Amino acid sequence: MSLLKLDNLETYLGQYHILQGVTMSVEEGSITVLFGRNGAGKTTTLRSIMGFNPSTTGTVHYQNQKISGIPTHLISRKGIGYVPENQGIFSALTIEETLNLARAKSTGDSEGKMEWMLELFPDLKKFWRKKSGLLSGGQKQMLAIARAYINGDGLLLIDEPSKGLSPIMVEKLMESILEMKEKTTILLVEQNFLMASEIGDYFYIMDDGKIVHDGWMQDLKEDKETCQKYLGIA
Amino acid sequence: MEVFINLLVNGVSTGLLIFLLAAGLTLIFGLMSVLNFAHGGLFVWGAFSGAWIFKETNSFLLAIAGAIAIGMALGWVLERFLIRPVYGNHVRQLLITLGGMLVLSESIKILWGPNPIRVNLPGWLEGSYQFDGIIIIKYRVFVIVVGLLLYLALWLLLSRTQIGLMIRAGVLDKEMVQALGINVKGLFTFVFLLGAALAALGGALLAPYSGVVFAEMGMQYAILAFIVVIIGGMGSLQGSALASLIVGVAGAFMAYYMPDLSLALNMLLLAIVLLVKPTGLLGEKGSAV
Repeated sequence: MSLLKLDNLETYLGQYHILQGVTMSVEEGSITVLFGRNGAGKTTTLRSIMGFNPSTTGTVHYQNQKISGIPTHLISRKGIGYVPENQGIFSALTIEETLNLARAKSTGDSEGKMEWMLELFPDLKKFWRKKSGLLSGGQKQMLAIARAYINGDGLLLIDEPSKGLSPIMVEKLMESILEMKEKTTILLVEQNFLMASEIGDYFYIMDDGKIVHDGWMQDLKEDKETCQKYLGIA
Repeated sequence: MEVFINLLVNGVSTGLLIFLLAAGLTLIFGLMSVLNFAHGGLFVWGAFSGAWIFKETNSFLLAIAGAIAIGMALGWVLERFLIRPVYGNHVRQLLITLGGMLVLSESIKILWGPNPIRVNLPGWLEGSYQFDGIIIIKYRVFVIVVGLLLYLALWLLLSRTQIGLMIRAGVLDKEMVQALGINVKGLFTFVFLLGAALAALGGALLAPYSGVVFAEMGMQYAILAFIVVIIGGMGSLQGSALASLIVGVAGAFMAYYMPDLSLALNMLLLAIVLLVKPTGLLGEKGSAV
Protein backbone atom coordinates (compact mmCIF):
# COMPACT_ATOMS: atom_id res chain seq x y z
CA MET A 1 0.00 0.00 0.00
CA SER A 2 1.22 3.48 -0.77
CA LEU A 3 1.91 5.34 2.44
CA LEU A 4 2.68 8.62 0.71
CA LYS A 5 1.35 9.77 -2.63
CA LEU A 6 2.33 12.90 -4.51
CA ASP A 7 0.07 13.76 -7.38
CA ASN A 8 1.16 16.32 -9.96
CA LEU A 9 2.80 18.73 -7.51
CA GLU A 10 3.72 22.15 -8.86
CA THR A 11 5.66 24.44 -6.57
CA TYR A 12 7.00 27.93 -7.12
CA LEU A 13 9.74 29.61 -5.11
CA GLY A 14 9.22 33.27 -5.78
CA GLN A 15 9.06 33.53 -9.56
CA TYR A 16 10.85 30.22 -10.15
CA HIS A 17 8.82 27.23 -11.19
CA ILE A 18 10.68 24.54 -9.24
CA LEU A 19 8.41 21.51 -9.18
CA GLN A 20 6.72 20.99 -12.53
CA GLY A 21 4.28 18.20 -11.90
CA VAL A 22 5.88 15.71 -9.54
CA THR A 23 4.03 12.43 -9.16
CA MET A 24 5.45 9.68 -7.01
CA SER A 25 4.58 7.33 -4.19
CA VAL A 26 6.31 5.68 -1.27
CA GLU A 27 5.37 2.15 -0.23
CA GLU A 28 4.96 1.36 3.44
CA GLY A 29 8.04 -0.31 4.95
CA SER A 30 10.33 0.62 2.07
CA ILE A 31 13.29 2.86 1.52
CA THR A 32 12.56 4.99 -1.52
CA VAL A 33 15.44 7.05 -2.86
CA LEU A 34 15.06 10.30 -4.75
CA PHE A 35 18.08 10.95 -6.96
CA GLY A 36 18.91 13.94 -9.09
CA ARG A 37 21.44 16.63 -9.77
CA ASN A 38 21.81 19.81 -7.74
CA GLY A 39 18.87 22.06 -8.39
CA ALA A 40 16.68 19.27 -9.77
CA GLY A 41 14.05 19.95 -7.08
CA LYS A 42 14.68 17.13 -4.59
CA THR A 43 14.83 19.33 -1.51
CA THR A 44 11.84 21.34 -2.68
CA THR A 45 9.90 18.10 -3.04
CA LEU A 46 10.51 17.27 0.62
CA ARG A 47 9.77 20.85 1.64
CA SER A 48 6.50 20.77 -0.27
CA ILE A 49 5.50 17.55 1.49
CA MET A 50 6.25 19.21 4.86
CA GLY A 51 4.29 22.31 3.89
CA PHE A 52 7.24 24.71 4.09
CA ASN A 53 6.91 25.47 0.39
CA PRO A 54 3.31 24.52 -0.32
CA SER A 55 2.52 23.51 -3.86
CA THR A 56 0.20 25.68 -5.91
CA THR A 57 -1.43 22.72 -7.61
CA GLY A 58 -1.43 18.99 -7.00
CA THR A 59 -1.97 17.04 -3.80
CA VAL A 60 -0.06 15.10 -1.19
CA HIS A 61 -1.78 12.18 0.51
CA TYR A 62 -0.46 10.42 3.58
CA GLN A 63 -2.24 7.29 4.79
CA ASN A 64 -4.96 8.19 2.29
CA GLN A 65 -5.54 11.55 3.97
CA LYS A 66 -4.86 14.75 2.11
CA ILE A 67 -2.09 16.66 3.87
CA SER A 68 -1.31 19.32 1.29
CA GLY A 69 -2.62 22.71 2.32
CA ILE A 70 -2.46 22.17 6.08
CA PRO A 71 0.13 23.85 8.34
CA THR A 72 3.51 22.19 8.86
CA HIS A 73 3.02 21.40 12.54
CA LEU A 74 -0.16 19.47 11.76
CA ILE A 75 1.55 17.58 8.94
CA SER A 76 4.28 16.61 11.40
CA ARG A 77 1.72 15.41 13.93
CA LYS A 78 0.41 12.86 11.45
CA GLY A 79 3.64 11.01 12.19
CA ILE A 80 6.05 12.41 9.62
CA GLY A 81 9.63 13.04 10.75
CA TYR A 82 11.86 15.41 8.82
CA VAL A 83 15.65 15.65 8.56
CA PRO A 84 16.54 18.81 6.65
CA GLU A 85 19.50 19.18 4.34
CA ASN A 86 21.38 21.41 6.81
CA GLN A 87 20.40 19.08 9.68
CA GLY A 88 18.53 21.89 11.48
CA ILE A 89 20.44 21.32 14.71
CA PHE A 90 19.47 23.47 17.71
CA SER A 91 23.09 24.34 18.46
CA ALA A 92 22.50 25.85 21.91
CA LEU A 93 20.38 22.93 23.14
CA THR A 94 21.84 19.74 24.55
CA ILE A 95 21.08 16.33 23.07
CA GLU A 96 18.79 15.70 26.02
CA GLU A 97 16.85 18.90 25.40
CA THR A 98 16.64 18.29 21.67
CA LEU A 99 15.23 14.79 22.08
CA ASN A 100 12.81 15.93 24.79
CA LEU A 101 11.57 18.57 22.40
CA ALA A 102 11.08 15.87 19.77
CA ARG A 103 8.90 13.99 22.26
CA ALA A 104 6.70 17.00 22.99
CA LYS A 105 4.25 16.32 20.14
CA SER A 106 5.42 12.84 19.31
CA THR A 107 3.05 10.19 18.05
CA GLY A 108 3.04 6.79 19.72
CA ASP A 109 5.42 5.38 22.31
CA SER A 110 8.02 8.13 22.55
CA GLU A 111 9.80 6.48 25.47
CA GLY A 112 10.38 3.30 23.51
CA LYS A 113 11.43 5.18 20.40
CA MET A 114 13.93 7.21 22.39
CA GLU A 115 15.45 4.07 23.91
CA TRP A 116 15.83 2.46 20.53
CA MET A 117 17.49 5.54 19.04
CA LEU A 118 20.01 5.69 21.88
CA GLU A 119 20.74 2.02 21.26
CA LEU A 120 21.19 2.61 17.55
CA PHE A 121 23.30 5.75 18.08
CA PRO A 122 25.23 5.19 21.34
CA ASP A 123 27.13 8.46 20.82
CA LEU A 124 23.94 10.36 21.60
CA LYS A 125 23.80 8.72 25.01
CA LYS A 126 27.48 9.34 25.58
CA PHE A 127 27.19 13.09 24.95
CA TRP A 128 23.72 13.38 26.48
CA ARG A 129 24.37 16.70 28.20
CA LYS A 130 26.57 18.20 25.49
CA LYS A 131 25.46 21.20 23.45
CA SER A 132 24.46 20.00 19.99
CA GLY A 133 26.52 22.70 18.32
CA LEU A 134 29.67 21.09 19.69
CA LEU A 135 29.03 17.66 18.18
CA SER A 136 30.86 16.31 15.14
CA GLY A 137 29.18 16.35 11.76
CA GLY A 138 28.30 12.68 11.98
CA GLN A 139 26.92 13.01 15.50
CA LYS A 140 24.78 15.96 14.41
CA GLN A 141 23.35 13.86 11.62
CA MET A 142 22.58 11.03 14.06
CA LEU A 143 20.88 13.53 16.35
CA ALA A 144 18.83 14.93 13.47
CA ILE A 145 17.71 11.44 12.45
CA ALA A 146 16.92 10.37 16.03
CA ARG A 147 14.97 13.58 16.59
CA ALA A 148 12.92 13.01 13.43
CA TYR A 149 12.19 9.38 14.29
CA ILE A 150 11.18 10.13 17.89
CA ASN A 151 8.93 12.90 16.64
CA GLY A 152 7.18 10.90 13.95
CA ASP A 153 7.93 7.32 13.03
CA GLY A 154 5.30 6.80 10.38
CA LEU A 155 7.45 8.21 7.60
CA LEU A 156 10.91 9.77 7.63
CA LEU A 157 11.95 12.33 5.06
CA ILE A 158 15.74 12.47 5.06
CA ASP A 159 17.53 15.05 2.96
CA GLU A 160 21.09 14.14 1.89
CA PRO A 161 22.38 12.65 5.13
CA SER A 162 25.75 11.84 3.58
CA LYS A 163 26.54 15.46 2.78
CA GLY A 164 29.88 16.55 4.18
CA LEU A 165 30.56 13.32 6.06
CA SER A 166 33.57 11.02 5.81
CA PRO A 167 33.08 7.77 3.86
CA ILE A 168 33.29 5.67 7.03
CA MET A 169 30.68 7.84 8.71
CA VAL A 170 28.43 7.61 5.67
CA GLU A 171 28.67 3.84 5.70
CA LYS A 172 27.74 3.70 9.39
CA LEU A 173 24.84 6.04 8.86
CA MET A 174 23.49 4.06 5.93
CA GLU A 175 23.65 0.88 8.00
CA SER A 176 21.61 2.59 10.70
CA ILE A 177 19.07 3.84 8.18
CA LEU A 178 18.76 0.31 6.80
CA GLU A 179 18.15 -0.96 10.31
CA MET A 180 15.47 1.68 10.86
CA LYS A 181 13.57 0.32 7.87
CA GLU A 182 12.41 -2.50 10.16
CA LYS A 183 10.18 -0.04 12.02
CA THR A 184 9.44 2.80 9.67
CA THR A 185 9.25 3.97 6.07
CA ILE A 186 11.88 6.23 4.57
CA LEU A 187 12.01 8.67 1.70
CA LEU A 188 15.68 9.44 1.18
CA VAL A 189 17.12 12.21 -0.95
CA GLU A 190 20.68 11.32 -1.93
CA GLN A 191 23.43 12.15 -4.38
CA ASN A 192 25.70 9.40 -3.14
CA PHE A 193 24.58 6.73 -5.57
CA LEU A 194 26.84 3.94 -4.34
CA MET A 195 25.56 4.16 -0.80
CA ALA A 196 21.93 4.83 -1.54
CA SER A 197 21.72 2.07 -4.12
CA GLU A 198 22.87 -0.41 -1.45
CA ILE A 199 19.98 0.35 0.89
CA GLY A 200 17.19 1.57 -1.37
CA ASP A 201 14.28 -0.58 -2.57
CA TYR A 202 12.78 1.75 -5.11
CA PHE A 203 14.08 4.89 -6.79
CA TYR A 204 12.95 8.03 -8.54
CA ILE A 205 15.19 10.32 -10.57
CA MET A 206 14.35 14.01 -10.81
CA ASP A 207 15.54 16.42 -13.42
CA ASP A 208 14.41 20.02 -13.92
CA GLY A 209 11.52 19.68 -11.51
CA LYS A 210 10.09 16.50 -13.01
CA ILE A 211 10.36 12.80 -12.32
CA VAL A 212 12.16 11.43 -15.34
CA HIS A 213 12.71 7.86 -14.30
CA ASP A 214 11.64 5.40 -11.64
CA GLY A 215 11.88 1.72 -10.91
CA TRP A 216 13.41 -0.94 -8.68
CA MET A 217 16.86 -0.15 -7.37
CA GLN A 218 18.08 -3.54 -8.54
CA ASP A 219 17.26 -2.65 -12.13
CA LEU A 220 18.88 0.77 -11.93
CA LYS A 221 22.22 -0.70 -10.94
CA GLU A 222 22.27 -2.64 -14.18
CA ASP A 223 20.96 0.22 -16.31
CA LYS A 224 24.25 1.91 -17.17
CA GLU A 225 22.68 4.28 -19.64
CA THR A 226 20.23 5.84 -17.20
CA CYS A 227 22.93 6.02 -14.55
CA GLN A 228 25.18 7.91 -16.89
CA LYS A 229 22.54 10.17 -18.32
CA TYR A 230 21.03 11.42 -15.09
CA LEU A 231 23.45 10.61 -12.34
CA GLY A 232 26.75 11.10 -14.13
CA ILE A 233 27.95 7.64 -13.19
CA ALA A 234 29.89 5.70 -15.79
CA MET B 1 30.90 55.84 50.11
CA GLU B 2 27.36 57.07 50.69
CA VAL B 3 27.33 58.58 47.24
CA PHE B 4 28.68 55.41 45.72
CA ILE B 5 26.04 53.19 47.32
CA ASN B 6 23.26 55.57 46.46
CA LEU B 7 24.32 55.77 42.86
CA LEU B 8 24.64 52.01 42.72
CA VAL B 9 21.13 51.46 44.10
CA ASN B 10 19.72 54.05 41.70
CA GLY B 11 21.57 52.52 38.78
CA VAL B 12 20.53 48.95 39.56
CA SER B 13 16.88 49.86 40.03
CA THR B 14 16.78 51.89 36.82
CA GLY B 15 18.59 49.08 35.06
CA LEU B 16 16.04 46.52 36.21
CA LEU B 17 13.17 48.71 34.97
CA ILE B 18 14.86 48.88 31.58
CA PHE B 19 15.31 45.12 31.77
CA LEU B 20 11.54 44.59 32.03
CA LEU B 21 11.16 46.43 28.76
CA ALA B 22 14.17 44.85 27.09
CA ALA B 23 13.35 41.25 28.09
CA GLY B 24 10.19 41.18 26.03
CA LEU B 25 11.86 42.96 23.18
CA THR B 26 14.80 40.58 23.02
CA LEU B 27 12.59 37.49 22.99
CA ILE B 28 10.27 38.97 20.40
CA PHE B 29 13.25 39.86 18.26
CA GLY B 30 15.09 36.62 18.87
CA LEU B 31 12.16 34.30 18.28
CA MET B 32 10.08 36.17 15.76
CA SER B 33 12.75 38.48 14.31
CA VAL B 34 10.24 41.27 14.65
CA LEU B 35 11.51 44.80 15.18
CA ASN B 36 8.79 46.00 17.49
CA PHE B 37 8.97 49.74 18.06
CA ALA B 38 5.46 49.70 19.44
CA HIS B 39 6.89 47.98 22.51
CA GLY B 40 7.53 51.41 24.05
CA GLY B 41 3.87 52.22 23.48
CA LEU B 42 2.86 49.29 25.68
CA PHE B 43 5.30 50.57 28.30
CA VAL B 44 3.75 54.04 28.34
CA TRP B 45 0.26 52.54 28.42
CA GLY B 46 1.33 50.52 31.43
CA ALA B 47 2.57 53.70 33.10
CA PHE B 48 -0.60 55.72 32.47
CA SER B 49 -3.14 53.02 33.13
CA GLY B 50 -1.28 52.00 36.29
CA ALA B 51 -1.16 55.59 37.51
CA TRP B 52 -4.81 56.11 36.69
CA ILE B 53 -6.02 52.92 38.39
CA PHE B 54 -3.90 53.75 41.43
CA LYS B 55 -5.44 57.21 41.65
CA GLU B 56 -8.97 55.84 41.32
CA THR B 57 -8.69 52.85 43.61
CA ASN B 58 -5.74 53.72 45.82
CA SER B 59 -4.58 50.13 45.47
CA PHE B 60 -1.11 49.75 44.01
CA LEU B 61 -1.45 46.01 43.47
CA LEU B 62 -4.70 46.53 41.56
CA ALA B 63 -2.93 49.22 39.53
CA ILE B 64 -0.16 46.80 38.56
CA ALA B 65 -2.57 43.99 37.73
CA GLY B 66 -4.74 46.34 35.69
CA ALA B 67 -1.76 47.76 33.81
CA ILE B 68 -0.58 44.25 32.93
CA ALA B 69 -4.06 43.25 31.74
CA ILE B 70 -4.38 46.35 29.58
CA GLY B 71 -0.86 45.90 28.21
CA MET B 72 -1.62 42.30 27.25
CA ALA B 73 -4.90 43.24 25.61
CA LEU B 74 -3.16 45.92 23.55
CA GLY B 75 -0.32 43.51 22.81
CA TRP B 76 -2.80 40.97 21.48
CA VAL B 77 -4.34 43.56 19.17
CA LEU B 78 -0.87 44.63 17.97
CA GLU B 79 0.29 41.11 17.25
CA ARG B 80 -2.91 40.01 15.60
CA PHE B 81 -3.55 43.00 13.36
CA LEU B 82 -0.28 44.89 12.88
CA ILE B 83 2.52 42.39 13.17
CA ARG B 84 1.13 39.14 11.82
CA PRO B 85 0.73 40.54 8.30
CA VAL B 86 4.36 41.70 8.21
CA TYR B 87 6.26 38.69 9.56
CA GLY B 88 9.56 38.32 7.74
CA ASN B 89 9.68 41.87 6.38
CA HIS B 90 11.82 44.18 8.50
CA VAL B 91 11.15 47.39 6.60
CA ARG B 92 7.41 46.97 6.91
CA GLN B 93 7.75 45.99 10.55
CA LEU B 94 9.72 49.12 11.25
CA LEU B 95 7.15 51.34 9.57
CA ILE B 96 4.05 49.72 10.95
CA THR B 97 5.29 49.34 14.52
CA LEU B 98 6.55 52.93 14.53
CA GLY B 99 3.06 53.88 13.41
CA GLY B 100 1.62 51.70 16.15
CA MET B 101 3.88 53.42 18.63
CA LEU B 102 2.60 56.85 17.55
CA VAL B 103 -1.02 55.75 17.75
CA LEU B 104 -0.47 54.32 21.22
CA SER B 105 1.20 57.44 22.59
CA GLU B 106 -1.19 59.88 20.90
CA SER B 107 -4.21 57.99 22.17
CA ILE B 108 -2.80 58.53 25.66
CA LYS B 109 -3.20 62.25 25.09
CA ILE B 110 -6.83 61.78 24.07
CA LEU B 111 -7.64 59.87 27.22
CA TRP B 112 -5.49 61.64 29.79
CA GLY B 113 -4.74 64.98 28.16
CA PRO B 114 -1.48 66.29 26.74
CA ASN B 115 0.14 67.32 30.03
CA PRO B 116 2.41 65.17 32.16
CA ILE B 117 0.66 63.51 35.07
CA ARG B 118 2.03 63.41 38.57
CA VAL B 119 2.08 60.03 40.27
CA ASN B 120 2.40 59.42 43.99
CA LEU B 121 4.09 56.57 45.74
CA PRO B 122 1.85 54.06 47.47
CA GLY B 123 1.87 54.71 51.20
CA TRP B 124 3.52 51.45 52.18
CA LEU B 125 6.43 52.11 49.87
CA GLU B 126 7.06 55.71 50.90
CA GLY B 127 10.13 56.69 52.88
CA SER B 128 13.61 55.31 53.07
CA TYR B 129 15.98 53.05 54.95
CA GLN B 130 18.92 54.65 56.71
CA PHE B 131 22.17 53.04 57.76
CA ASP B 132 25.11 55.14 58.91
CA GLY B 133 24.23 58.11 56.82
CA ILE B 134 23.38 56.04 53.77
CA ILE B 135 19.84 56.71 52.69
CA ILE B 136 18.17 54.19 50.45
CA ILE B 137 14.76 54.95 49.07
CA LYS B 138 12.30 52.15 49.82
CA TYR B 139 10.63 52.15 46.44
CA ARG B 140 13.96 51.57 44.69
CA VAL B 141 14.57 48.52 46.83
CA PHE B 142 11.08 47.35 45.94
CA VAL B 143 11.82 47.80 42.23
CA ILE B 144 15.08 45.87 42.60
CA VAL B 145 13.36 43.00 44.38
CA VAL B 146 10.56 42.80 41.82
CA GLY B 147 13.04 43.04 38.93
CA LEU B 148 15.22 40.26 40.30
CA LEU B 149 12.22 38.03 40.99
CA LEU B 150 10.97 38.52 37.46
CA TYR B 151 14.37 37.78 36.01
CA LEU B 152 14.45 34.58 38.02
CA ALA B 153 10.93 33.67 36.90
CA LEU B 154 11.79 34.28 33.25
CA TRP B 155 14.97 32.30 33.55
CA LEU B 156 13.09 29.39 35.10
CA LEU B 157 10.43 29.61 32.41
CA LEU B 158 13.00 29.45 29.64
CA SER B 159 15.35 26.89 31.11
CA ARG B 160 13.07 24.57 33.07
CA THR B 161 9.73 24.32 31.27
CA GLN B 162 8.65 22.70 28.08
CA ILE B 163 7.31 25.92 26.60
CA GLY B 164 10.66 27.52 27.46
CA LEU B 165 12.43 24.75 25.59
CA MET B 166 10.18 25.39 22.61
CA ILE B 167 10.92 29.12 22.73
CA ARG B 168 14.68 28.55 22.91
CA ALA B 169 14.53 26.13 20.01
CA GLY B 170 12.32 28.55 18.08
CA VAL B 171 14.92 31.28 18.47
CA LEU B 172 17.44 28.94 16.84
CA ASP B 173 15.41 27.41 14.03
CA LYS B 174 11.73 28.19 13.58
CA GLU B 175 11.16 25.81 10.69
CA MET B 176 12.60 22.85 12.50
CA VAL B 177 10.40 23.55 15.51
CA GLN B 178 7.37 23.46 13.24
CA ALA B 179 8.61 20.22 11.75
CA LEU B 180 8.48 18.77 15.28
CA GLY B 181 4.75 19.38 15.39
CA ILE B 182 4.89 22.55 17.44
CA ASN B 183 2.59 25.43 16.57
CA VAL B 184 5.04 28.29 16.17
CA LYS B 185 2.30 30.86 15.62
CA GLY B 186 0.84 30.02 19.00
CA LEU B 187 4.31 30.26 20.49
CA PHE B 188 4.74 33.70 18.87
CA THR B 189 1.53 34.96 20.40
CA PHE B 190 2.53 33.63 23.80
CA VAL B 191 5.91 35.35 23.67
CA PHE B 192 4.37 38.55 22.41
CA LEU B 193 1.83 38.64 25.22
CA LEU B 194 4.55 37.86 27.74
CA GLY B 195 6.62 40.74 26.36
CA ALA B 196 3.60 43.06 26.45
CA ALA B 197 2.89 42.12 30.06
CA LEU B 198 6.50 42.81 31.06
CA ALA B 199 6.53 46.16 29.24
CA ALA B 200 3.28 47.27 30.86
CA LEU B 201 4.53 46.14 34.26
CA GLY B 202 7.75 48.09 33.69
CA GLY B 203 5.70 51.18 32.89
CA ALA B 204 3.45 50.75 35.91
CA LEU B 205 6.50 50.40 38.19
CA LEU B 206 8.27 53.34 36.58
CA ALA B 207 5.39 55.77 37.09
CA PRO B 208 5.73 56.20 40.88
CA TYR B 209 9.50 55.83 40.52
CA SER B 210 9.92 58.92 38.39
CA GLY B 211 6.92 60.65 39.93
CA VAL B 212 5.64 61.91 36.61
CA VAL B 213 4.52 60.28 33.37
CA PHE B 214 4.18 61.77 29.90
CA ALA B 215 3.12 60.33 26.56
CA GLU B 216 6.50 60.74 24.84
CA MET B 217 8.40 58.63 27.31
CA GLY B 218 7.44 55.49 25.42
CA MET B 219 9.75 56.36 22.54
CA GLN B 220 12.51 57.41 24.89
CA TYR B 221 12.44 54.09 26.73
CA ALA B 222 11.93 52.04 23.57
CA ILE B 223 15.20 53.40 22.19
CA LEU B 224 16.93 52.66 25.47
CA ALA B 225 15.55 49.14 25.40
CA PHE B 226 16.74 48.60 21.84
CA ILE B 227 20.23 49.74 22.82
CA VAL B 228 20.17 47.30 25.72
CA VAL B 229 18.98 44.45 23.51
CA ILE B 230 21.77 45.06 21.02
CA ILE B 231 24.45 45.47 23.68
CA GLY B 232 23.32 42.29 25.42
CA GLY B 233 23.00 40.22 22.26
CA MET B 234 19.69 39.81 20.46
CA GLY B 235 17.56 37.00 21.76
CA SER B 236 19.57 36.53 24.94
CA LEU B 237 17.73 37.03 28.22
CA GLN B 238 20.89 37.04 30.32
CA GLY B 239 22.53 39.41 27.89
CA SER B 240 19.64 41.84 28.26
CA ALA B 241 19.79 41.61 32.04
CA LEU B 242 23.52 42.29 32.06
CA ALA B 243 23.28 45.13 29.55
CA SER B 244 20.36 46.70 31.45
CA LEU B 245 22.43 46.76 34.61
CA ILE B 246 25.43 48.21 32.80
CA VAL B 247 23.35 50.92 31.14
CA GLY B 248 21.50 51.69 34.39
CA VAL B 249 24.55 51.83 36.63
CA ALA B 250 26.79 53.62 34.12
CA GLY B 251 24.01 56.15 33.54
CA ALA B 252 23.62 56.83 37.26
CA PHE B 253 27.36 57.37 37.79
CA MET B 254 27.81 59.38 34.64
CA ALA B 255 24.91 61.69 35.46
CA TYR B 256 26.56 62.41 38.80
CA TYR B 257 30.21 62.76 37.84
CA MET B 258 30.07 63.87 34.22
CA PRO B 259 26.54 65.10 33.50
CA ASP B 260 27.58 66.62 30.20
CA LEU B 261 28.56 63.23 28.85
CA SER B 262 25.61 61.27 30.17
CA LEU B 263 23.52 61.75 27.04
CA ALA B 264 26.24 60.34 24.84
CA LEU B 265 26.94 57.46 27.18
CA ASN B 266 24.52 54.86 25.83
CA MET B 267 25.56 55.42 22.26
CA LEU B 268 29.18 55.20 23.34
CA LEU B 269 28.55 51.90 25.12
CA LEU B 270 26.71 50.62 22.09
CA ALA B 271 29.54 51.60 19.75
CA ILE B 272 32.21 50.01 21.92
CA VAL B 273 30.34 46.73 22.32
CA LEU B 274 29.56 46.54 18.61
CA LEU B 275 33.20 47.17 17.75
CA VAL B 276 34.55 44.58 20.16
CA LYS B 277 31.81 41.96 19.88
CA PRO B 278 29.31 42.57 17.09
CA THR B 279 26.93 39.87 18.33
CA GLY B 280 26.54 41.65 21.68
CA LEU B 281 27.88 40.71 25.10
CA LEU B 282 26.18 37.32 25.44
CA GLY B 283 24.84 36.93 21.96
CA GLU B 284 26.00 33.78 20.37
CA LYS B 285 23.86 32.74 17.52
CA GLY B 286 20.65 32.41 19.40
CA SER B 287 20.90 31.11 22.92
CA ALA B 288 17.86 32.49 24.69
CA VAL B 289 19.08 31.77 28.21
